[in-house]
Amino acid sequence: MLAGARAASISQSELENHDVIKERVLHGLLFASACVAVLGLVLIFAFVAVRGVPIFAKAGVVQMLSSTDWSPMDGRFGILSFIVGSFAVTVGALLLGAPLAVGAAIFLSEIASPRVRSIVKPAVELLAGIPSVVYGFFGVIVVVPQVRALLGGSGFGLVSGCIVLAVMIVPTIAAISEDAISSVPRGFREGSAAMGATQWQTIKNVVLPAARTGIVDAVVLGMGRAVGETMAVLMVLGNAPVIPRGPSDPASTLTSIIILDMPYASGDHQTALFGIGLVLLLLSMSFVAAIRILSRSRKAR
Amino acid sequence: MNGDTFKINVEHLDFHYGDFFALEDISVGIRQYATTAFIGPSGCGKSTFLRCLNRMNDLIPETKVEGKITLDGNDIYAPDVDTASLRRRVGMIFQAPNPFPMSIYDNVAYGPRIHGTTNKAQLDEIVEKSLTRAALWKEVSGKLNTSGLALSGGQQQRLCIARVIAVDPEVLLMDEPCSAIDPTSIQKIEDLMDELKSKYTIVIVTHNMQQAARVSDWTAFFLAEHADRPAKLIEYDKTDTMFTNPSDKRTEDYITGRFG
Ligand SMILES: Nc1ncnc2c1ncn2[C@@H]1O[C@H](COP(=O)(O)OP(=O)(O)OP(=O)(O)O)[C@@H](O)[C@H]1O
Ligand SMILES: [Mg+2]
Repeated sequence: MLAGARAASISQSELENHDVIKERVLHGLLFASACVAVLGLVLIFAFVAVRGVPIFAKAGVVQMLSSTDWSPMDGRFGILSFIVGSFAVTVGALLLGAPLAVGAAIFLSEIASPRVRSIVKPAVELLAGIPSVVYGFFGVIVVVPQVRALLGGSGFGLVSGCIVLAVMIVPTIAAISEDAISSVPRGFREGSAAMGATQWQTIKNVVLPAARTGIVDAVVLGMGRAVGETMAVLMVLGNAPVIPRGPSDPASTLTSIIILDMPYASGDHQTALFGIGLVLLLLSMSFVAAIRILSRSRKAR
Repeated sequence: MNGDTFKINVEHLDFHYGDFFALEDISVGIRQYATTAFIGPSGCGKSTFLRCLNRMNDLIPETKVEGKITLDGNDIYAPDVDTASLRRRVGMIFQAPNPFPMSIYDNVAYGPRIHGTTNKAQLDEIVEKSLTRAALWKEVSGKLNTSGLALSGGQQQRLCIARVIAVDPEVLLMDEPCSAIDPTSIQKIEDLMDELKSKYTIVIVTHNMQQAARVSDWTAFFLAEHADRPAKLIEYDKTDTMFTNPSDKRTEDYITGRFG
């Protein structure tokens, strides 16, 4: 009996030792994976910068950023029209897509019956995984002709780009926002309802603020998808290296010019494409920053 | 019972969660300006019944209510009833304190704001009055802008009470409001209930027999006699009578701690 107890206590302490080691190893592994993630980002950034910065030195930062004259064969590297193109389609896609997506997420988590939800939620998640070329097809077949009919022009241009991107990011933003909204504790909703708040008052005043961080994350991810999107945009944007004058005029983005020119570019031209990549990274980061700042100032109010 | 008029009157209520038959044929009259306690073993449907009284169960999909519940004589399940205005009159405190993730001030001002009070001075006054009545003002008056979530459990529960008082309901439903908090806070909440009784109608669910005996005027005992059978109201009487001289053997067994 006594011996048994001692044996038990020894194996107990061995177990604890074992647990401590396991704990440390786990911490180490987690720390390592965090490092790898950060390191990856740093390496990508450094790599693109190293390859791209020389062109800014050569052609002049201000010159490149303020000129729309993209004639790489003649040594003129104005990329303003691509910046404007990327900026415009991303902002447009977010303005169209984000409210729609968050609305869909609210509907799914707060209003839809469990049955509807159990069908629609997986469908939305499925949509989020569809390759972007397919969205490009959808753009060419459905969106472009409609835009042409409505606004004139070729139909290939900013508006089509924004719409296709918006449709593309809606599932991403909706799925992640829905997770954020439905993980708001039920107690918040009940507490609000128990004071005579209507469902909409509860959603607006309690549920959405509580889910804010998650929704902002969702929008950031959607933005990332939009600003970095290449294929779908390429297929519907018309790809002229100019600043579009009207909503259905052709445009280009930072990503589309990289993909179009990369196969044959060499020398300064190739360096310029890396430079564009660097600008794309910076643009994307400023979008993240802008979204976070915007959402914070709205909270403070 | 003996021709009293009831603030809330429940007649032949049946309640289902989907296929699960939870409550059967409950009839209870709840008296105005009195405290009524619901007691019974865990899982016998006290919370479920309480949540029928302000239609909180409407928030749970696929629930079904049959029978009749009236508030001041009006059927609260009638088709034209606005649940928001009903719940404004019949407020609820939950077992787990659930302050919103916002400042103490905003928590208390939440109800008045959604009901249209925007005047700052008026809100200030409501906030102070409600926190004072909930015996929390002294502890938080200097930090109204800190988050309600930063308070202790007992303080959070009193904040939730203040929050409900701020909308000035007629009935307060309290679902085990003291189960997660310390004795000092319990004392404060019980004192508060005693004080509120003159203005409100209070219904409290409790597992604590002493608490039921201390705070309530009337007691209702619920019991599901078999796990797969719905719960019924076994006995309903003045608290004194119920605790000194229960008429049902099962009530006596439960109160004296022989089961549940
Ligand atoms: N949302 C729900 N869906 C399905 N069944 C439920 C739900 N909530 C409660 N029930 C069931 O209804 C019965 C009554 O539950 P209820 O929470 O009302 O009991 P209670 O008396 O409040 O118990 P406790 O004292 O433990 O709080 C239980 O059998 C429970 O499993
Ligand atoms: Mg309960």
